[in-house]
Amino acid sequence: MRDILVLIEDLIDAPAELAAAARCFGDVQTTAFVSGGTESEHQMLAGLFDCVKVAPAASDANWCAEFLCAQILPLLDSMQPHLVLMHHTNNGLDLAPLLAAKSDRPMLADCISLESRENGVSAVRTVFGGKVHARISATDSATGYFATVRSGAFSMPEDTATKSGSIVALPLIETAPRRRFIETITPEAGAVDITQSEILVAVGRGIDDEDNMEIVEELADALGAELACTRPVVDKGWLEKSRQVGTSGLTVKPKIYLTVGVSGSFQHLGGIKGGPFMVAINQDAAAPIFAAADVGIVGDLFDLVPLLEEKIRERKG
Amino acid sequence: MDIYVCIKRVADTSEVDIEIDRTGLALTEDDFSYDINEWDNFAVEAALQLKEEHGGKVTALTVGIEDDEEVLRRALAMGCDEALHLSDPCFEGSDAWGIAQILSAALKGKPLDLLLFGTVSADEGAGQTGGFVAGLLDLPMVSLATSLKVNGSIATVSHEVEGGLERVRELDLPAVVTVQTGINEPRYVSIRGIRKVSGIEIPVSGVGDLGLDPNQVGASGARVKLEELFLPPQGQSAQMLEGSDDEIIDKLLDLLQENGGL
Amino acid sequence: MAAALGALTLILNRRLALLRAAAAEPRTGDWGARLKRLLVIGFGQSRQPRYLVAGLVHVVLFAGFMLLSLRSMSLIAEPFWPGISNIGEPYTFIRHMAAALVLVGCAIAAWRRVVVRPARYHDRHATVSHTKEAVAILSLISFLMIADAAFDFGGSEGVRKVAFWAHNSALLFFLCLLPYGKHFHVITALPNVFFSSLKLSGVVKPPSYSESDFDALETVGVSKLEDFTWKQLLDVYSCVDCGRCSDHCPAYASKSPLSPRMLNIKTRDAAFEHYPIKGEITPPEKRADLVGEVITPDELWSCTTCGACQEACPVTIEYLDRIVDMRRFLVDDGNLPATLQKPMAALEKRGNPYGKMARKRGDTGVRVLKEGDACDTLFFTDSCAAFDPRVQETAIAFGEILAQAGVDAGTLGKDEVDSGHEARRFGEEGLFLTLREQNLEAMDKREFTQIVTTDPHALNALKNDYELEQPVLHHSQYLAKLLSEGKLPLQPLGDNRRYTFHDPCYLGRHNNEYAAPRDVLNAIPGIETVEMERSRNRSFCCGAGSLNLFHETECERRMGELRLDMVAESGADVVVTACPFCLSNLEDAAKTTGRENEIEIIDLAELVQRSLGKTKQPEKE
Repeated sequence: MRDILVLIEDLIDAPAELAAAARCFGDVQTTAFVSGGTESEHQMLAGLFDCVKVAPAASDANWCAEFLCAQILPLLDSMQPHLVLMHHTNNGLDLAPLLAAKSDRPMLADCISLESRENGVSAVRTVFGGKVHARISATDSATGYFATVRSGAFSMPEDTATKSGSIVALPLIETAPRRRFIETITPEAGAVDITQSEILVAVGRGIDDEDNMEIVEELADALGAELACTRPVVDKGWLEKSRQVGTSGLTVKPKIYLTVGVSGSFQHLGGIKGGPFMVAINQDAAAPIFAAADVGIVGDLFDLVPLLEEKIRERKG
Repeated sequence: MDIYVCIKRVADTSEVDIEIDRTGLALTEDDFSYDINEWDNFAVEAALQLKEEHGGKVTALTVGIEDDEEVLRRALAMGCDEALHLSDPCFEGSDAWGIAQILSAALKGKPLDLLLFGTVSADEGAGQTGGFVAGLLDLPMVSLATSLKVNGSIATVSHEVEGGLERVRELDLPAVVTVQTGINEPRYVSIRGIRKVSGIEIPVSGVGDLGLDPNQVGASGARVKLEELFLPPQGQSAQMLEGSDDEIIDKLLDLLQENGGL
Repeated sequence: MAAALGALTLILNRRLALLRAAAAEPRTGDWGARLKRLLVIGFGQSRQPRYLVAGLVHVVLFAGFMLLSLRSMSLIAEPFWPGISNIGEPYTFIRHMAAALVLVGCAIAAWRRVVVRPARYHDRHATVSHTKEAVAILSLISFLMIADAAFDFGGSEGVRKVAFWAHNSALLFFLCLLPYGKHFHVITALPNVFFSSLKLSGVVKPPSYSESDFDALETVGVSKLEDFTWKQLLDVYSCVDCGRCSDHCPAYASKSPLSPRMLNIKTRDAAFEHYPIKGEITPPEKRADLVGEVITPDELWSCTTCGACQEACPVTIEYLDRIVDMRRFLVDDGNLPATLQKPMAALEKRGNPYGKMARKRGDTGVRVLKEGDACDTLFFTDSCAAFDPRVQETAIAFGEILAQAGVDAGTLGKDEVDSGHEARRFGEEGLFLTLREQNLEAMDKREFTQIVTTDPHALNALKNDYELEQPVLHHSQYLAKLLSEGKLPLQPLGDNRRYTFHDPCYLGRHNNEYAAPRDVLNAIPGIETVEMERSRNRSFCCGAGSLNLFHETECERRMGELRLDMVAESGADVVVTACPFCLSNLEDAAKTTGRENEIEIIDLAELVQRSLGKTKQPEKE
């Protein structure tokens, strides 16, 4: 049976997604690697994977690629897993290529689907900012494979945390890291960086009045999104400049972009990159935003937005 | 201080109707315009600002065909001191691993303090080349840098981690840093600036110069192979939702859910 | 007295040192035209009455100075030629009247400075007030008048003697004081008018007058005092801080970082500081950067190059060439805001600031000329009409009018690239030259006898920057021509709305065309038109076009919105304009100010098309 080693960095949604991704390979022996974490977290992992290997936490308890490489490399040597799997997140970007190079494994990065091949692995990933999909493969590797998967691309049926894997503690492998943690900076309350947001609700002048901002704020809150806006909204002082998307504002790369009362001037559209899934709600059927959006709704935003917010909250429970 | 910046020329596809060519492995390039990868532009600026502060030399390098020299010239116009073009017919078809092999071979033995990359490229978007090279050269690395300072033999870098947080790290030099957009405001390169460096001869190194085995690189050496390109199922303009408000919103919610928005 | 005259010569010589160190600029020749400008704008004070009270006071003071100068000079000569100051009647009567008027003028001026305090005198960006300086000079002038009177009516010989010396010392003190401050303009203003540019204001100066090959230049643009031309510095010396430029500046009105007056003042302060009358000249490396620190990039990028400032200046100070020269330095130095870098790169890569592909140009309905084809009139649309769907409608409207009038017209099709007008004015000369070359090459391969364009910026570029053999017309001029040839059977519009014409900067101020669009407008039977207060050469910029659309300068209220307020004030229901960017900006402003159902914005071509019965008048709201 093939071995898959899953590197866990985030203990909330990620483990189930990675377990789902591992399932693409059929009947496999799955091992989760985690550095640090609590006993209950390890138990949770044991429900998803056949084995959980727990390395000590780095002394500063922060994601340190060099430290993790040192802990994982001996494990790879001993296990010789067919595939190493982790998420293509910021931490993934930090660790995966380094580890793939050091373990001499072909790497398939940022996959949105995975497929097992008799002699290797194939995957689909997005290129050119999501405009094109590419099917890639790595085969006949003597050293095994490495894949990182996109967050949210794999989902697990609810009833799958049924395993009762073993939990094994790993010894600490000492390192003299050439990269050291200094501090974590938490953005000040109120200071938002919409360029890093995955979901944005953008407001245009169709909102008509500052008092109406409340309904989009509620919608953003329900969606777990940040608010963005067009230039006229900033001009009117309804939102701060740090939320303006466009040629004279910020460039954003969200996954979901929901516009409310945005006409779709080229200045505004010029600030949206990365091909997000774009939804437009506007009263004017001829608004250029509908040429750019994936989904369009012509209608009164004052009816639609509160209804949408209500139904989102319903679905999210 | 010796700083090396690895840059890449990429196609700008923002205004282009994407078409996949007959081979299924490439896009029809007729309408493409090319420029330096956006992230790499920030990396060059970061290198130049460090040079302006600490002195030293900035060298830009790229792996690619003859036309890719354009981005090296642009880097020279921005203020890089030297450029190195890694070009050889047998480099064609290299995957990221192959590119990393070529870059590592070119950098091995160079008096290097800092090696900069853009975190990802606008075309492939895999964000792995910098990490590969760090692994191959056994250098410490930080990715997604949003600020970069050097003090003696130590670089202080803050970089993006999950959840909108930033972490500050210290790196012993020599080190690799991959740069996130927004770390600085890259300077403009005027047409005149480009013309001024048009006469500079940019050295080219091929597979022999780098001491590489031709089978290690190029299509034959690629560990990850491209099997096909295809367009994601999507209409040209918006799918308009119609019906009662309730129906519309339910449909929208389904679509949001499908696209990971809930 | 001789010592005082000697001191004045030395002081002036020190002030001239900077002018001598400055770059070359040919401002000689065409003496007749120069003399005329000197007589009309200089001695005739033709630009003063735009501000009635201040203007008239200045005319009085100026006339008084002129009339009294003979007296003043003769008083100075009196010790050498006793009796020479007694010129006799009627001069004595005239000069008494003049002196009295000057005294009154001084009183009004001081009252305005101290009590009325018009906003114009107090620049938002100024760090020091010039009120004290102004009042001191006014007092000195009054003192001169009184001393002069005392010399005439003093009665006793003793009083006369005291008055005589008081007058002469005050006068010489006054003259020596002038070059130390803003009142230097008393000396430099007339030469400044005499040497002012005789070209259309749409013409931008080349990067250098001494080296015509742009690529061969060592440095580009202005980064320090000495990089200015001598005339640009004479301009700066001649500013008396009256604030008319900033009062007319749309960027200042919209509360952007720019105040054109401050460009003069800050440059002059730097000139006086680093080229002092006493002491050493500061070497450039020991000064604060003139461009970048003293004058900030934000100020320079806020200018729409509308030209209102220089049109308003009573002493013909030129601003645009200086702004463009400073921008040229910033561009060459890589100091271009990210908002402008993208459209510049798009212009370079794709030939238009939107980064659209050439083959996606909108179809104007006009025949596309292939290489080797010929036509009578080449229609140059420029980027906006090619890629902005709203503006494209105006190009289509104009194309239909041409077809109806039987004009043999053609376009360059996808071989046309952006005229480069804004690239040049934003300081990217190399990009402009590249774009011009591409267009000239495309034009060379086709035959035509004249060019018409619906974009005043393109008009300005093709007419003034391209050096073409063929005449270039704006579509308003072309329509006026068709009208006079009887080819446009205009019909009543059948509405009772009021129309006003918004003068585009590059049609009006920069190319002196105010009549053609109005002729066309007024030729529509039964049309009711009104003029805005800020019309013709006082027109207020809409916020400007092309690259400005990408930059969107920081401001409190956008220029287009301010302009729409003026439209509303005039009582007009429809704004007719003749520029794609005026159309976009004003339509935008109508939406943001909630006037989209009250005020219609329309291009002249669209209105003509409507009047020809081609399109229906929109339903009255």
